[in-house]
Parts: sequence; C-alpha cells; structure tokens
Amino acid sequence: MSRYDCIIIGGGPAGLAAAIYTGRARIKTLVLEKGATGGQLLLTDNVENYPGFIQTDGGQLMEKFLEQAQRFGAELGYGEVREVHADGREFGVVTEEQTYAARSVIVATGSSHRHLGVPGEQEFWGKGVSVCATCDGAFFRDQVVSVVGGGDSALTEALFLKNLCSTVQVIHRREELRAERILHERATAAPNIKFIWNSVVQEIVGEQTVTALRIRDVKTNSVAEIPTSAVFVSIGMTPNSIFLRDFIRLDHNGYVLATHQMATSRPGIFVAGDVRTNSLRQVATSVGDGVTAAMSLELWLEDPSLIPPYVS
Amino acid sequence: MSDKLATFTTANWETDVLKSAIPVLVDFWAPWCGPCRMITPVVEALSDKYAGKIKFGKLNVDENQKVSMDYGIRGIPTLILFKNGRVAEQVVGVQSKEAMSKMLDRHV
Repeated sequence: MSRYDCIIIGGGPAGLAAAIYTGRARIKTLVLEKGATGGQLLLTDNVENYPGFIQTDGGQLMEKFLEQAQRFGAELGYGEVREVHADGREFGVVTEEQTYAARSVIVATGSSHRHLGVPGEQEFWGKGVSVCATCDGAFFRDQVVSVVGGGDSALTEALFLKNLCSTVQVIHRREELRAERILHERATAAPNIKFIWNSVVQEIVGEQTVTALRIRDVKTNSVAEIPTSAVFVSIGMTPNSIFLRDFIRLDHNGYVLATHQMATSRPGIFVAGDVRTNSLRQVATSVGDGVTAAMSLELWLEDPSLIPPYVS
Repeated sequence: MSDKLATFTTANWETDVLKSAIPVLVDFWAPWCGPCRMITPVVEALSDKYAGKIKFGKLNVDENQKVSMDYGIRGIPTLILFKNGRVAEQVVGVQSKEAMSKMLDRHV
C-alpha cells in the first residue's frame, strides 16, 4: 500500500495551495483528484479578483498552482475517494482502484451544483437540462429558455443567455432576488429577460429533449405549463462531503465543521475551501484555508496537542 | 490539445468512427466549455488504459455542427461510445475515471 504523511482530497485552489505548503515542509504529500486539477475554477475564463493577477483565466491560474505544488514534491494521483476510515494510527483513503495510507488528511473536495430533484431532470440531463449556460447556451440559439434561481449565479446565467436566446424566463421561488444590485439592474433592463416570481419547478417535460416546465405558484398553488427548450438550474451549491458523513461532523447542510485552524471533529483530518462551513467561495479565501490547514497539519504531526479538534 | 486523442470531424466521421473495427469513444466538446477541460485528463487516462481495445477522440461541436445535430447533442461534454457504427453508451457532464471504466468494461 502507498503511504503518505498527508493526503489531500481534491485538487482545486484549496487543495493545491495546501500541497505547496506541505510539500515545502517536506511532508510526503499526495493530492487525489477525481477529474482535472483546478476544480470549479476551470469553469471560469475570467478571474479578476485574485491578488497579483490583474486578469487571468481560471485554467491557467490553476496550472501554475499545480506546477508550484509539484515543484515542492507533492505527488498527484487520480481517483474519486469513496471512503476515509481510521486504521490504527493511520487513515485509509479508499478509491475504487486502490487504498492509500495516510498519517493525516486534508479534505478539499469543494462543492457541486445542486439539482432540483424533480421528475424529468435526470432524464433530460444534457438534453435541455444544464447547469452551465456558457457551455450549452449555444445549442438553444433564438429559442425560449429558462433559468431557475434568484442568486448571483442565476442572473449571471440569464445575462449570458439573453444575447443568444429569444426569451429568458427566470423562475424564482420568492418575490425578490438575492442577487447583487448590479446584476439585478442589468437583468431588469434587458427586454428579453422575463421574471416568473413565487414559482417552483415541479416537473421538466419533454420527449427527446425538453419542451416545457410545469411550475407551481407557491402563493396560490396553481400549476401552469410553460414552454421552454432548455432549463438552466442555478439554485446554489451542495458540498462534496457525503462520503464523510459518518466520519467527521458536518453542519445541517453537509458542510464540514471546523475550527479556525481548519481542524475537523476528528484529530488528523483537516478541511479547506468550499466544502468547509461558512466558506466565502473565493479563490483567495480557499487558498487561505489551504495554507492554514497545511500549517496546522504540520504542527499536528509534530505534536497533536497543539491542534485541538472541533468540538461544538 | 492532446496528441493521445484523435480529432474527429464531419469529414472523417464515417471512416474513423462509424466504420472503425474497434469501439470508439467520442468526446463532444467546445473551446468555450469549462467542464470539457475538466474531463480531458480523464479521457486521456482512459485512452492509456484501453489502448488497442477502444479508440478515443474528440469532436469540436462548434466546427462540426452536422454531426452534433445528428446525435442531438444539447449539452457538453457529451461522451458517446460507438460500437459497429451505433451508439452503445452516452453520458453527459463530467465523469470520474472509475465511472467511465465501469461503462467501458461492458464493451471490451
């Protein structure tokens, strides 16, 4: 079995920042990534709020993070972690293909788009149901599309789609938006963005591809079917923590509970980035989490009493 | 773009995909699609694992609209496994190497 002092689960900004520090500290480190290093940041082609970079591309920034981590000796492996368990004084980190042994672990698994969980969503996934307007908007040029949600990301999707599609229907379960003022103003000013308030999607209807949405007015309970060629689901994120739910303490939304030193409820297991409770979901704050976790871990390996675990 | 993966186009579609002697996994992608970038290393790793058994390549949906329309592509990345010219498997979105391996193992 391969043995490491530190296994970092997730190769996004938090995980790679941690790996730079553990690598430099000569802690034998493995970063385990399920897809491609970079995480959610790969979905952003314009980053303009990461200090030191006036404007950059998410993918390019992440290539630099990886190069820097590898320069200090961190190894990179691919595999989706299914389970972490305590194994004597070590931890077992299990992927489908193999089990690794680690003295300590940093959980930096990030978050994923939340799904609606309604009939038709799975069936028409990639056939009109999408979570990425920049990816899939072009397939619905000059057609009527819908966006579900009322936050910043929902309006960003709607504002992108308004230039491609004939009409963009924004379906929101409340009467007002949570989104930033500037996005709200731009969306309200766009003649082809239409708001459908106080409504939730009950079903996604279609044949080969999506043709309509069945929506329910939450105030009157009346149900209506509205035609649409696509539905972009933008109702927030959900933490990638389900494999840890019996192992460390999570909050009621599934985010990992931690101290300011990034220690979780289990000694030797640390957390960083979007999967942590109260994360601000910025590259810069994820980097801060990663660095904090790495430095706590280094101290913990020397003397566990220096880093107390999370207790509620 | 990786040289491990073939480039499929409308021009070579018939010969390189539909008439291929071995199964072909096609990654339908576009340059403006972030998740497509996320899946590239997974597809590359699979091309090593299944070398000689399955052919792997990418098709740019922007430049080859006819092929993508023929297969009703409405979301990318879409990964389709072709066997004897027919669609044997189809998945949309970022997948793990393990999930993809499970799917491919059914066809080799």
